[in-house]
Formats: sequence, structure tokens, C-alpha cells
Amino acid sequence: MRSLQARYTRDRLILIVVIAGTILAALPLTLVLGYALVNGFSSLNWDFFTKGPKPPGELGGGMAPAIVGTLIITGTGLLIATPFGIAAGILLAEYPENKLNPTLRLLSDTLNGMPAVLKGLLAYVLVVKAQGSFSGLSGAVAMAFIMVPIIAKTTESVLKLVPWNIREAGLALGLPRWRVILSLVLPAARAGVVTGLLLATARAAGEAAPLIFTAFGNSLLTYNLLQPMDTLPLRLYAYAISPYEDWHRQAWAAAVVLLGLIVLTSLLARWVTRGR
Amino acid sequence: MQQAPVQSSLIKQTPSAIYRLWGDRIFLSVVLLLALSIVALTLGLGYYLYLGGSQAINKEGFWGFLTGTTWDPALKLEFGIWPYVLGTLITSFAALLVSFPIALAAAIFTAEYAPRWLAGFINYLVDLMAAVPSVVYGIWGIFVLAPFLREVIYMPTFLWAAEKAPGLVPFLGNPAGYGMFTGVVILSSMIIPFTAALSRDAIALVPAAQREGAYALGATRWEVMQTVILPYARGGIFAGAMLALGRALGETMAVAMVIGNSNVLPYTLFGPASTMPAVIALELKEAVEDLHYSAIIGVGFYLFLIAFIVNVAASYLLNKLKVGSQRA
Amino acid sequence: MMREFKPMASSEMTLDPSLKTRIETRHVTVIYGQKAGVKDVTMPIYANKVTALIGPSGCGKTTFLRSLNRMHDLTPSARVTGEVLLDGINVYAAGVDPVEVRRKIGMVFQKPNPFPTLSIYGNVVAGLRLVGIRKKSLLDEAAERALRQAALWDEVKDRLHAPSMSLSGGQQQRLCIARALAVEPEVLLMDEPTSALDPISTQSIEDLLTELKNHVTIVIVTHNMQQAGRVSDFTGYFLNGEMVEFGPTSLLFTTPKDKRTEAYITGRFG
Repeated sequence: MRSLQARYTRDRLILIVVIAGTILAALPLTLVLGYALVNGFSSLNWDFFTKGPKPPGELGGGMAPAIVGTLIITGTGLLIATPFGIAAGILLAEYPENKLNPTLRLLSDTLNGMPAVLKGLLAYVLVVKAQGSFSGLSGAVAMAFIMVPIIAKTTESVLKLVPWNIREAGLALGLPRWRVILSLVLPAARAGVVTGLLLATARAAGEAAPLIFTAFGNSLLTYNLLQPMDTLPLRLYAYAISPYEDWHRQAWAAAVVLLGLIVLTSLLARWVTRGR
Repeated sequence: MQQAPVQSSLIKQTPSAIYRLWGDRIFLSVVLLLALSIVALTLGLGYYLYLGGSQAINKEGFWGFLTGTTWDPALKLEFGIWPYVLGTLITSFAALLVSFPIALAAAIFTAEYAPRWLAGFINYLVDLMAAVPSVVYGIWGIFVLAPFLREVIYMPTFLWAAEKAPGLVPFLGNPAGYGMFTGVVILSSMIIPFTAALSRDAIALVPAAQREGAYALGATRWEVMQTVILPYARGGIFAGAMLALGRALGETMAVAMVIGNSNVLPYTLFGPASTMPAVIALELKEAVEDLHYSAIIGVGFYLFLIAFIVNVAASYLLNKLKVGSQRA
Repeated sequence: MMREFKPMASSEMTLDPSLKTRIETRHVTVIYGQKAGVKDVTMPIYANKVTALIGPSGCGKTTFLRSLNRMHDLTPSARVTGEVLLDGINVYAAGVDPVEVRRKIGMVFQKPNPFPTLSIYGNVVAGLRLVGIRKKSLLDEAAERALRQAALWDEVKDRLHAPSMSLSGGQQQRLCIARALAVEPEVLLMDEPTSALDPISTQSIEDLLTELKNHVTIVIVTHNMQQAGRVSDFTGYFLNGEMVEFGPTSLLFTTPKDKRTEAYITGRFG
């Protein structure tokens, strides 16, 4: 039998290892945040938000087309994805007796884990090929493919947080089930559902891979969904692999903006789901 | 039949037949239709990728396409995706191997050791880490990580090997900074949160009675962890690792930005390599030949197959565990 | 499904011809998974009377109550057999809409469960508004009547649009009663409505029941025998899913016919 002393020593050693691992786990994020803030924050200026890109090699310019494009593409994607995602969440949470639910849950979770680049590839096959050109719309469709399973998951879990007795109270009043769901359960879960939509949007807004060959990128400002469109991650990527110092600076600025978006939405999500 | 004592006229105005009899049916049909399109989407993903890639796959054969080592879209129009498959598998599994113990340590620390406020903060960081866009990791990889690794690891190792063990040099490869090793490091950082979050949840689900039982036997904290908690939570931890592997397989931008993008076999430790997602992202918009298009979409189809198996396994395991814990 | 019809099992369960029967159950059995929660319960529920269901916890009284307005429909593992006749019509018959049944047979739950997102007023008229009644005068009239019947009107008439969660527990429960009454059900099922309340709130709800039975038929499940004695006209005693005895409350409490009932009401058991 090992002595108590030896067991305690081992316990403490393990604790050191565990703490070291935790620090190691938090290190990359801290470094990424730190470098992005240091390199990017100083590059954020009014021009970044209001001007378009300058020709290669020239100093200055900004990412206005990319910011507008990000808003349009993710907004359109959200509009497409919302009814599907919420419907799936409702089915999974409110109709537990539905025989297809296990399959739906399995495939929805699977879709959530599937590479975003493949969802872009599907949008390419379905939209770009049919349309004959790259477009903001095809990018929005790719975004929607990314958002749907996230919305489904969050909607399901927030609907399940609504106490069951609210449904019973509604049914006992002689309300049909659909009325109970739409008028009592969904409003009670409103904040959570909206947070889910926000999280899905934020997640999709940061994706570049599925957009490279759908939205394609565009250095000119456009509001036309049928035209190629720019987004922040696409512009960040294009600038990061370019040989120009000034573009690197702007790429870091774009990274700060994207990180800010992520931090804001995650803080909001925590605030909404606080105390649960 | 007796008549109810009607107190006012209100009850007579109750819902119309459509509302009562059809409302639920219509609502459920609409919900079902919308929800099941997710099933169609998931399966359609595989179907359309196969369709799009069939030209190239048919030309090279199912296995020939997979195991061919030449990817030449310019001259010979020959398409074998093995370099990409190999690159994806090596980087993903290596990243899982590296990240797993780190993620598990973080999960154990937050679930068992850390005070509440610290655990909450670390959990928040971990969740945030999963949401940071790939390109942001990528730009950090290009400008910070790769130069750092070159100076601190690649060059010294390379110089040492050149002098003391020249036999190792061919295995090390070009120490420029952009290559397999850098790809693995960045991938490991990115998939930590998936294993960490699920392991943390699984550890938190271990019933208090189990812990107390072990503590009551005079076990130290680590002994409780080792004998009771980790075995109890192993399903969730394993599912977390699968999920992380799924993410690693499909991770695109950050890897594409640091891995060097070379499909020339054999791969070396520090030298450039490529992965399936990277070739899709980088080549599709520049493809001109139909066969090249088809081959890239074909890469997508094989990536779909691999990722589908891993993700279905992870999701199945997770859903099973959740049902189990609800019953318990 | 239906078993062979046999006359009422025990002599004390014969229908009292001088009273009108609102609900009559015949051989109601509720099976949860593999286990029968309620076994073969046959009983009358008389119109404009308060019927109490008593018995030790787990005896099936709540399960039985929920079978009366088809609340088990939503539990996939639950199966109900037998008949529940509301004014002569089996609520489980094919073609009968459970939604319609629940409009006629309302329910008040153990814990007050006002809709948290709605105001006091919004809660009371929820059942009417959600089926498309929009006319304000009608809604106002119904809200006032329901709140008066629930003896809540005087306390809330000045703040009808305050959040429902701002009420005390007892007030919330009376709000739930008002909400159930607003749709003018014929029967009101109450599942231990005072078990989550303080003694004063309990008192006010008990007072309310005597008043309410002029408007609706009431079935109340309670684990509190004194409460059953105070408020009910008829009482059914449940044990292990079966109804052991049913009769006028005054008789059942003073001269129980079954030994098990006697043991329970004299406190030797349960």
C-alpha cells in the first residue's frame, strides 16, 4: 500500500499538470486576442468603415463594401434559415412523440458538424452553377446551410427550458396545440430564440471558406444580391496573403471587428441565459 | 344528451372548425415539412457532391480517384486525391492527439478544481474560442505563429540535424515556417474547445453520490477522478474527441493559410503539405476545365464521406448519452 | 377495448337519481408504460357539486383526474381505456376533439402557473383571445366576471395590466382559476390547488369553491382530508390506482363502508 504522503504528493503533481494544461488551452485564444488588439485596433479608423479598397500598393482605403456585404449576405442567410431552423426546434422540443425526431436530431447535429466548405460547395452546385456566375445570393444560401442546424439546436434547447406547466395551462384552457406553441411557449422563450439566431449569425458571419467560390468577393460596393459580393472574412483573407504592409494592417483591423462581433454576441447570449 | 347551463354567449363564439380541427394538422405539416428539409439537406449534400464529382470519379474509378497520387489540373488532367486525403488525415489526427490531453486538463480543472468564478471565466473563454473565425486564427498563424515556430523550433532543429544527424534532414523538410507542423499546431488550438466543453459537461453530470462514495473511502481528489469520475464520463469525453476530430477534418481557412499548400508527396515534418478543404477553397474559383471542377467537387464528396461518418458517430453517441442521463 | 359492461361495482356507487350527472366514468384505466396507474374506475360526478378525490400519494388520484380532460394525450407512454362520458358523450370516442373537451373541462394545477409573459388581464382572457375573440367589450366583461368569480377582482382591478408574476402565490392561483373560468367550462378540475399555498391563501380558495359550484362542477384532488371534508359534497377514496369507495362526503367520513377507507380517514394509514 502506498503511503498517504506519496498519495498526496501525486495528487499535487497531478494538479500542477492539470493547471499547466488549462493554461496551455487558454494560451492560443489569449495570444490571438492580444495580437489582434495590438495590431488591429490602431488601424481602425473612420476610413475603414466608410471607404472602399484602394488599388494594390496604394495606402489607405477601407472595407465598406465588405462590411455592407457581410450584413447583406448574413442577413439574407438568416432570413432563409430561420423558418427551417425554428420549425426543427419546435418539432424536436414540442412533439417528443414524433417518430422521426431521433433521425432529425441525429442528422441536424451531423449537419452542424459538417465542414462549412462543403456547405459552400453545395451552394456552388445549386446556385452558382444554375445562375452561371458568382453572387451574394449563393453566399447567402451557403450561410443559411451553416445557420439552420445551429438555430434548430438552440431553439430546441430554449423551448425545453420553458416550464411544461405553461403548455398544460394552455391546453387545459381548451387551446389547440399549435396555438399554445405559437402564442404561449415561443413568446416565453423569445429571448433565447433570438439569442440563438444571433449566435448562428455571428458564427456564419465569420466564415470565409464557403464564400470564396460563391460570394467570391468584390472590391466595389454593391447591394445587388445577384452580383459578386465582398465580406469581411473574404477581404481579411485576401489582404492577409497579399504582399502589402498596409493591407496586412487592414486585415488585422478586420480581425478585430470580427472578434468584437463574436465577443459581443457571446456576452449577450450569456446575459440572456443567465441564471439558468 | 343534456344541455350545459350556458352562462353567456361567449362559449358559442369559440373557434371555427378550420381552427379547431385543421389548425393542429396544418401546423404540424408545415413544421414537419420545414424541419425534414434539414434531413433532405444533409443527405442532399452527399448526393449533389457525388453528382458534381462523378465525372472525375468515373474517369479515375472510385478507388483510383482516392488513391491516385498525381493531381495535375494543368497538363495531364490527371486527378488523384491521395495527397489531400493523407494531409487531412495526418493533420487532423495529430491535432487531436495534441489537443486531447490539453482539453481534458482544462475540463478537469474547471469541473473539479477551479473556484466557481475562475471556472466560469475559463468556460467562457473556451466557448469563445470555438466561435473565433477561422480566418482570424489564420492571420495570427501567418504573421505570428509561423515566424515564431520557424525561429524557435524549425531552424534550430534543422541546423542541428544538418550538423549532427544528416540522415534526418529529408524527414524534416523545408523549415520556412509554413507547413505540416504549423498546420497541426494551429489546428490543435482550434479544436481544444470542442473536447473541453463536452468533457466538462460529462464530468459535471457524474452524480454526487458517486464522488461522495469514493471520497468516503478515503480517496484523494485525483484518485476519485481516476477511479470514479473519468470512467463514468468517458462516453462524453470520447464524443467530444470525435466532435473535435470532425471539426479538424473540415477546418479550412486557418490551415490553408499556414500549411504551404503543396501536394507533392512524400510529406515532411516541417515542409509544406495540403488538405482536402484547402484544395477546395483555393482551386475551385480558378478552375477552368470541366474535369477539374468535377475533381474538386469529388474531393468534397470524399471529405463528406469521412466527415459524415465521424459526425454521425459523435452525434449518435451524444444523443444516446443525453437520453441516458435524463433517464437516470 | 371496452370491457363487458357490468353494473356499478359497489352498492354505494349507484347513481343518485335526484342529482344530475355531469360526468360519468366507466372502467377508466390508465396505463403508464407497463404499469397501470389507474385501474377500472367507475364513478359519477354530479353537476354543480364539489367532488373530492382523496388518498395517499401515488394512489392514482391525479392520474385519474388528468384522464377526465384528456391531458394524457400528450404523454406518449400513457394509454387510457374505458369511457369518460361528459353529458353522455364519451370524450375518448373517435372524432371527439381533445381541444373541445378541454374547453368544456378546465383545469387548475398544483402550482400556480400564470403565463409569465402576459399581464394579469392578458392571462384571464388568454383562452378567449387565443381562439380569436377580439372584441374588447366582450373580453373586458369576461375578465371582470371571471376575476369576480375567482374573488380576485377587488385586489387587482386597479392594476389589470401589471405583470402576472407580480402577484402573490395565492393571488396567482386565483388568477389561474379566473383564467380557467373565463372560457366558461362546465367542469373545473383542480389538482391539489392549495398544496403550494400558505394557510390564508388556502382558506380564501376553499371559500371560493363553495361559491363557484353554483357556476361549475368541481372535481378536486387533495391530500388533505380536512380540506375534502370542508369543501366537498362527494368524496372518492383512491388506493393503489383503484377507487375503494365513493359517496356523499358526510357519510364517507362518518360511516365508511370499507375497512381501508376507515383506516385512512381515522389516520391509521397514509
